[in-house]
Amino acid sequence: MNVTSPAAEAAPPATGETILRLRGISKKFGAVSALTDIALDVHAGEVVALVGDNGAGKSTLVKVLAGVHQPTSGTIEFCGQEVTLPDPGAALHLGIATVFQDLALCENLDVVANLFLGHEMAPWRLDEVGMEVRAWTLLRELAARIPSVREPIASLSGGQRQTVAIARSLLLNPKIIMLDEPTAALGVAQTAEVLNLIERVRDRGLGVIIISHNMEDVRAVADRIVVLRLGRNSGVFTPEASNNELVAAITGATENAVSRRSARKAAEHGEISA
Amino acid sequence: MSQNQPALDRSDERVRHEETLSDSLRAFFDRIRSGDLGVLPVIVGLIVISVVFSSLNPVFLAPNNLVNMLFDCATVGMISLGIVCVLLLGEIDLSVGSMSGFASAIVGVLWVNMGWPVPAAIAAAILAGVVVGALYALLYNRLGMPSFIASLSGLLAMLGMQLYILGPTGSINLPYASPFVKFGQVMIMPDWFAYLAALLPGAGILLNGLSARRRRLAANLSAQPMTNLVLKAGALTAGLLFAVWYLNLGRGVPWMFGLFVLLVVVMNYALTRTKWGRSMFAVGGNREAARRSGINVRRIYLSAFVLCSTLAALGGVLSASRLASSSQQAGTGDVNLNAIAAAVIGGTSLFGGRGSAWAALLGIIVIQAISNGLTLLNLSSSLRYMITGGVLAIAVIVDSLARRSRMSHGRA
Repeated sequence: MNVTSPAAEAAPPATGETILRLRGISKKFGAVSALTDIALDVHAGEVVALVGDNGAGKSTLVKVLAGVHQPTSGTIEFCGQEVTLPDPGAALHLGIATVFQDLALCENLDVVANLFLGHEMAPWRLDEVGMEVRAWTLLRELAARIPSVREPIASLSGGQRQTVAIARSLLLNPKIIMLDEPTAALGVAQTAEVLNLIERVRDRGLGVIIISHNMEDVRAVADRIVVLRLGRNSGVFTPEASNNELVAAITGATENAVSRRSARKAAEHGEISA
Repeated sequence: MSQNQPALDRSDERVRHEETLSDSLRAFFDRIRSGDLGVLPVIVGLIVISVVFSSLNPVFLAPNNLVNMLFDCATVGMISLGIVCVLLLGEIDLSVGSMSGFASAIVGVLWVNMGWPVPAAIAAAILAGVVVGALYALLYNRLGMPSFIASLSGLLAMLGMQLYILGPTGSINLPYASPFVKFGQVMIMPDWFAYLAALLPGAGILLNGLSARRRRLAANLSAQPMTNLVLKAGALTAGLLFAVWYLNLGRGVPWMFGLFVLLVVVMNYALTRTKWGRSMFAVGGNREAARRSGINVRRIYLSAFVLCSTLAALGGVLSASRLASSSQQAGTGDVNLNAIAAAVIGGTSLFGGRGSAWAALLGIIVIQAISNGLTLLNLSSSLRYMITGGVLAIAVIVDSLARRSRMSHGRA
């Protein structure tokens, strides 16, 4: 697959090398601590899944890494260098690409314009033909079903918009890509395509951070599962970890709504079969 | 392109494509119905205006009256061109009238009262525009002041400065014999030059279209059919040649109008073919998305506010040249609303993210036609204000309704 341009392939990070190292990241919104003392490592050629309940701080962490929010305290190391991410441009420049949960597309612009937004080819005389060809190639590689790249985003369905947002993140030779709920709006085939794509990107030596509520998807692609709970680290698991272990880490107790429900179901099942 | 392999952008059978002329016509009507009105309101408006006013007073359509109208179009149109920039971002500048009045006062005071050379006086007026625009951007970007309020206070402040520098006499007459005043009153393109200029847009469309067509076909993309291209260029050229011929029956095409059209063309290129223009539309459509794409949103706001105030100052300089005076009345009254109404009538949305440089040109022709027609009927300014206010209200209503329809048709 040829998603990124040759510049990225010039210096792929060696597999296993730490691309991203977060230490003690905290983020306060007024009196609310959205993130407290978060530590996270992402290595080249690795898929890290961030899981957690609603309000666990997953999206906030992604926004900190994307330069949308600035952390209240803590350090971010990127490829061994301590960096600050004052704005989204800085994160993109370093090679941190993000697919946001709300997609962040401009509905009044067409697909090509959105894909290349902020990074247009030939800024003084836009190369529309070049951009359109590249857009089609990229969308083909993602097996995207976009009817026309010259229609405004407003006319696309949710899944098509999701595909456009993912395609956009790959356009910029990232070293790390972060996907916030990438499969939430996708159909069965497109979900599989996105998971394939994540694996292909990983195999090329990129780091991938994926946020998902879908445990099946997470287990399918993740090398490590990092659990957040109420803005704190709540354990790191391998995909082989049992569902109970994960749910316990996510909800913070072995006794929880999910375990109670499964116990009740098991009991009912037992009564019926008895 | 080989027969069995469809063009890159023609492989999805769900999309209807415009292959022939009738397809293009049908697509045009589809667009109108879904609320993408384009130039339709302008054309309908101009026809209605022409019929009504020429039946009330035949002088309305006389060549020399139209020439006068074009002179007037250039001054307010210049201001309107700047308004398009801020409207694209979903912001507004209500002080453009005062800015233009202040600029015209600067020219009068520096040139006539203080004896500066004309170019230096003009440069000072335009510099004032740059400074005011940068100030608005500072208030907006750093202090979060809504542009509506910032420019409203600017309106009053600059009106005050205009009165202050003009002093107790309140009016400065500019020398009639100077080239500066002649430019705004009598300077007309030679006939041959006007005809040549009328050929340029059509030739431009044709050449540009052909080269785009060649590159698209080479890249295995579909291209606009030749017939469409030739017809479009031909119709435009015929229309412009007729207009020039008709105007040449009178005095001819004013250089000042030529300058205005030139700036519209430059602005159109900047908005549609450069990264800056793309960023303008992006910020107007979804500010946060633009920021996350790495666009320096503050710099885009700065560029728009500076352009708007600068073009308003330039419009004020032209109006000083047009009126041969710098007075307390310059830039007051309906100048502000005319400039904003022109941009909206021409198809620039007040909600941001939609519009074009042509909106200023087309809109100002409608506005000036109304104002000129009402003047010919000897109506008092009380009535003229009421009617212009009504026209602005209608334009905004059309914009809101079209936007609602676009949203329900998935056109943003």
